[in-house]
Amino acid sequence: MEELIISGRMNYKVDPYLHIWGWEIAFYLFVGGLAAGILFFAAFYYLRGKENQFPAAVKWAPMITPFILILGLGALFLDLHNKMNFWRLYTTIRLESPMSWGAWTLMVITPISIIWSSIHIKEIFPNWDWKFEWLEKAIAFFVRHKRPLAWVMAIYSVLLGVYTGILLSAFNARPLWNTSILGPLFLASGLSAGAAVIVLFTKSEIERRWFSKIDILIIGVELFFIIHLFMGLLASTEVQIEAAQLFLDGPYTLPFWIFVVFIGMLVPALLEYLEIKGQKIPVFIPVILILIGNIMLRFIIVYAGQASRYLY
Amino acid sequence: MRYAMAIDTKKCIGCGDCVVACQVENKVPEGFCREWIVEAISGTYPNLDLEFRSERCHHCANAPCVRCCPTGSSHIAEGGIVLVDPDKCIGCGACIASCPYDARYPHPDGYVDKCTFCIHKVRKGEQPACVSVCPTNCMYFGDLDDPNSEVSKKVKERKYKRMKTEAGTDPQLYFLI
Amino acid sequence: MDSNRREFIKISSLGLGGLMLSGTIFDSVSGSIFNDAVSETMKYIRTPTYCEVCFWKCAGWVTKNEDGEIWKVEGHQDDPHCNGRFCPRGTGGVGMYHDEDRLKQPLMRVEENGKQVYKEVSWDAALDFIADKMKAIAKEHGPESMALFTHGSGGKFLGHMLKAYGSPHITAPSFAQCRGPREVAFYSTFGEGILSPERTDIRDTDCLVLIGSHIGENMHNGQVQEMSQAIDKGATIITVDPRFSTAASKSKYWLPIKPATDMALLLAWINVIINEEWYDKEYVEKYAFGFDELKAHVQQYTPEWAYGITTIEPKVIRDTAKEMANASPAVIVHPGRHVTWYGDDTQRLRAVAILNALLGSWGRRGGFYSPEKVSIPSYPHPPYPKAKRTWKDGLEDKFSLATEIISNELCGASIPTKDREFNVKGWIVNGTNLIHTLPDQKKTLEAIQNLDLLVVIDTMPMEITGYADVVLPECTYLERYDAIRNSPHREPVIALRMPAAEPKYNSKPDWWIAKALGIKLGLNEFFKYKNIEAMLDWQLKQVGSSLEEMKKVGVKKYKRKYDDLYLADGQDFEFSTSTGKIELYSTEMAGSGYAPLPTYTEHAQPPQGFYRLNYGRTPAHTFSRTANNPNLTAIYDENDLWVNPKVAKQWGLKNGQYVWLKNQDGIVSTFSIKVRVTERIRWDSVYMVHGFGHSEKKLSRAFGKGASDTELITNVKLDPEMGGTGMRENFVTFLTEKPELKEAES
Ligand SMILES: Nc1nc2c(c(=O)[nH]1)N[C@H]1C(S)=C(S)[C@@H](COP(=O)(O)OP(=O)(O)OC[C@H]3O[C@@H](n4cnc5c(=O)[nH]c(N)nc54)[C@H](O)[C@@H]3O)O[C@H]1N2
Ligand SMILES: Nc1nc2c(c(=O)[nH]1)N[C@H]1C(S)=C(S)[C@@H](COP(=O)(O)OP(=O)(O)OC[C@H]3O[C@@H](n4cnc5c(=O)[nH]c(N)nc54)[C@H](O)[C@@H]3O)O[C@H]1N2
Ligand code: SF4
Ligand code: SF4
Ligand code: SF4
Ligand code: SF4
Ligand code: SF4
Ligand SMILES: [Mo]
Repeated sequence: MEELIISGRMNYKVDPYLHIWGWEIAFYLFVGGLAAGILFFAAFYYLRGKENQFPAAVKWAPMITPFILILGLGALFLDLHNKMNFWRLYTTIRLESPMSWGAWTLMVITPISIIWSSIHIKEIFPNWDWKFEWLEKAIAFFVRHKRPLAWVMAIYSVLLGVYTGILLSAFNARPLWNTSILGPLFLASGLSAGAAVIVLFTKSEIERRWFSKIDILIIGVELFFIIHLFMGLLASTEVQIEAAQLFLDGPYTLPFWIFVVFIGMLVPALLEYLEIKGQKIPVFIPVILILIGNIMLRFIIVYAGQASRYLY
Repeated sequence: MRYAMAIDTKKCIGCGDCVVACQVENKVPEGFCREWIVEAISGTYPNLDLEFRSERCHHCANAPCVRCCPTGSSHIAEGGIVLVDPDKCIGCGACIASCPYDARYPHPDGYVDKCTFCIHKVRKGEQPACVSVCPTNCMYFGDLDDPNSEVSKKVKERKYKRMKTEAGTDPQLYFLI
Repeated sequence: MDSNRREFIKISSLGLGGLMLSGTIFDSVSGSIFNDAVSETMKYIRTPTYCEVCFWKCAGWVTKNEDGEIWKVEGHQDDPHCNGRFCPRGTGGVGMYHDEDRLKQPLMRVEENGKQVYKEVSWDAALDFIADKMKAIAKEHGPESMALFTHGSGGKFLGHMLKAYGSPHITAPSFAQCRGPREVAFYSTFGEGILSPERTDIRDTDCLVLIGSHIGENMHNGQVQEMSQAIDKGATIITVDPRFSTAASKSKYWLPIKPATDMALLLAWINVIINEEWYDKEYVEKYAFGFDELKAHVQQYTPEWAYGITTIEPKVIRDTAKEMANASPAVIVHPGRHVTWYGDDTQRLRAVAILNALLGSWGRRGGFYSPEKVSIPSYPHPPYPKAKRTWKDGLEDKFSLATEIISNELCGASIPTKDREFNVKGWIVNGTNLIHTLPDQKKTLEAIQNLDLLVVIDTMPMEITGYADVVLPECTYLERYDAIRNSPHREPVIALRMPAAEPKYNSKPDWWIAKALGIKLGLNEFFKYKNIEAMLDWQLKQVGSSLEEMKKVGVKKYKRKYDDLYLADGQDFEFSTSTGKIELYSTEMAGSGYAPLPTYTEHAQPPQGFYRLNYGRTPAHTFSRTANNPNLTAIYDENDLWVNPKVAKQWGLKNGQYVWLKNQDGIVSTFSIKVRVTERIRWDSVYMVHGFGHSEKKLSRAFGKGASDTELITNVKLDPEMGGTGMRENFVTFLTEKPELKEAES
């Protein structure tokens, strides 16, 4: 029998398991992914010249991104123990630190999302008035350079989406997080969330069907990633296998398979499929389910990851 | 220069003096610690094995905590000592999550704290508090690059193990076995 | 007050109008604590002291921080007790000073609307009350009826006061609950005791045999440090312990002996060493007396015989005997320190002494050295009055070999019996928490109920304070001067303790209390010195130093008078025994009607469903005195109950589960204790650390943490030779449900 006794280690943030991060980070990752999804589709279909075919994707859905991005930044700020030093984030660029380039990515994409929204605001509220001459000028400038802007937005939205996953997977101290699949998985789920929101916004039948299809496709990809995630962990060392156990038979098994996989992926995918096949299903139901699944995924991974450790 | 610590498990009795000395010397806030004791028992009565280890930050040569720090607050000082600069720390907790040894704690004053190898004493040419208090004299601190330092000698003469090297951290605590 | 209604008062229940007078009115009488020296004392940033967290008394330095507050205490490089390194308890000693639960004001027991409570009073009022009571006792029963129970430095001054008052009855638990049997056994064998610090030359030994003594958990600093040095040098360590102690884990041989059977092993070792002729012939030839009697006597005790009793295989017994012989004379069969186990302890320690004699380790390098200390004259005073009666009256020739006063006998002498006309009537208890210290709590409490006066001097609101008529708050060792530490060692060495800060609250040092009380008792002649600084300076000047010097150096070493650390080869030596030789056969024992040669007596083993209550130390605590220390509770805040996995399985006990304990006499532990399922303990015993399970609520960190071994030790095996209290023949069983009313009581 092996008996391990650890004494004198007073650190309630670390024992019996790490809980340094709470809802703030999980929420921050969720909205980050969501915004990334929306902005990516906006840029992508604008560049593909589908601006008029997919108005919700290109113009309307992006309107909410400035707000959720700022909410996200707010959550991140709340999480800091030393808020007065917040500005320190922007005194250096440390490429090795996801936290760092994540912060910078947000610094770039948030204004872009604002600009993008302002460009289209007049199309929704025709008699909108910018009051200030120079603002009008500025907007005009961006309208003229919308293509390069869209390119930048496309790149940074992908960065943001991936970052939400990398942030965690960079921690090789937490076996559950420390897998290359996490980045793509979070990017994918971000896209599916984005697509879902677009479905909610659109009035055009074509657009809705198209993005429902995209959702189903992405959900398929996500499931593939998830299976890979576990195969990867189980095929790895003891600590990784322990980590996988958290989901296969452990405290996180039920919430994960029920909320994330079943309610958050399978059910909505099915509903959207039936919807496409012409069944009458209120759009918002699958959308809500997908968003719930999205949030749950972030929360569960954030918490479970902290429960998986390297030592003792 | 490469500062490192060698701890002789053949002599360590797990008395915790090092922990107490660290608390007092570094005014570690109540409820937290910079180091701790591990007691590992194997076998069944009466065929037993018992190992004590005094553990702390391993001052990893390849330190994830430094890599993940967004502000450069976690940094590498002279001799490879891994330090936190409280003025630069935003308390994001990334380094805490990144440490495979869970050697860091969030200081109530907002920054993250951990073992400093007592750099404030080392700079004065003194030994770290835990090393100089240890009643069994089982801890050796010094420069691995100096072949004549006590650590170098111990690490050369004795069998040793390092903890969780598979985490790729290249830890600098050498447990003599 | 009606003495047989002395209710236990929680210090927390303070009376209403406690008047808050500082001791200053006293200064006119005996000078303030540091008189003029205060400011001068305080300007040091580093002041010398010696540690009071246990009785090893390591010398060290107190360092203050920028704000002039006490920051840390560190070992003194030149002190052979610690070599610059304190043990965890000493390092955490600052916690005693900072502990906000400390006693703050003199307290007096008063009746307040039918309820007994404590009332804060001035030192003047408290000492007046005590002085009057003591005078009354002297008049009614004779001054011998006052007793002092003391453990710790300040006792010297109180002892002086009590002797001046006319009572010789000064006792410490360190004899009859601790080292007594060892000292008696070694006196009767070698004509000298082991003393403290132990004269064991562990540093240079080639073979260290530990019987019980769990050095490494027992943190007596010098012993721990030298054992580590011995390990470095590759010395063989043999540990005899039913529990896999820390020392056992460092040993080449661990003998997991069946508890209470050590005597059989020791006798078998002697048998082998004699019959195999492995003993030091010249040495025995030259110095020993009674070898032939011994040889004849131990023939019956073969390893095969011992195997049946101890469960240690004959081969192991022979191999370990050989190891000792090979190392001889650089071998130590360690006499241990807390040796009051089974009642035949003096005899067991005799066997240990004999074994050392055969191996020729006494007076040899790597064995037992001959310590030397400075002789410091005490401050001049008139001769003490002669006591007319002593505690021994009425004892006939019981415990006739006791070399010190037996604490538990003084306690017993406080319970009146018709045939004994001498009874103890008043106690001064200083620095000993008798409730946790003396076994058989019932007896202790009964004695207390029969007292006319109980004064308790302590730093903390420990259990004993709750029974006092007057509680006097002493300041901690970091806030006071004390007697010069003058200990026997390889080289004579003295150390100074001086205050690093002014006493917190309204606490005072023992020397001040002793003097102030002495003067109120009209014993001015015995307290001629102006204050302690004057006294210490006078004493130091007699030995070629001065207070001024000691304040700077802290520790001063002297050259040995004679070069006799070890016996020179073939040196003639007269041992101070009646035969002038090492008495393998003890004429003293024979003369007093005790067995001159140790014999094996069988001890009870646990009945069905019960387990032997084994207890010991944990490195970071000293008995009960540190149980509330903030620095030390930080790393160990409650004792746990070691249970062998087999036993745990049988009872369905889980790691971390809390259980209550019931002993063979139906006594149930007041508090529950956390189970630690571990292979380190035998299936026939359970183990816990002594000093926990405090019932005084005012101890905010210690209250209700863990269980007390003391309250479960109701079966006491008295040592016929010296009255020691054998405490290891108590058996407990588990209660998984919270027992009724018990916990309510506390
Ligand atoms: N940390 C710390 N150190 C201390 C103290 C303290 O309070 N705290 N107190 C100091 C004082 S005053 C003293 S007296 C010493 C006491 O320390 P020791 O002299 O070492 O006391 P022991 O009772 O011999 O040690 C207890 C050991 O005896 C073992 N034992 C129990 N029953 C038996 C038995 O039947 N046979 C054998 N062979 N072993 C048995 C137990 O398993 C345990 O390992 O410690 C000193 N050092
Ligand atoms: N059940 C059981 N009983 C035992 C033992 C055991 O292992 N188990 N061990 C035995 C042994 S070996 C010994 S040596 C004795 C030890 O017995 P004690 O010396 O009585 O041990 P403590 O319980 O520490 O009690 C010390 C008391 O002194 C107080 N004190 C501390 N510092 C000071 C000070 O500076 N001034 C004053 N005035 N008071 C102070 C503390 O608050 C505490 O109340 O116990 C013996 N009794
Ligand atoms: S002080 Fe030394 S012996 Fe004690 S636990 Fe620390 S390293 Fe081990
Ligand atoms: S042990 Fe942890 S804190 Fe210390 S250097 Fe390594 S990773 Fe950083
Ligand atoms: S908590 Fe402080 S030290 Fe740690 S990563 Fe964040 S900024 Fe760097
Ligand atoms: S080196 Fe200093 S900071 Fe690090 S554990 Fe030792 S005492 Fe604490
Ligand atoms: S052994 Fe520890 S507790 Fe005892 S005197 Fe020395 S330092 Fe103090
Ligand atoms: Mo003792």
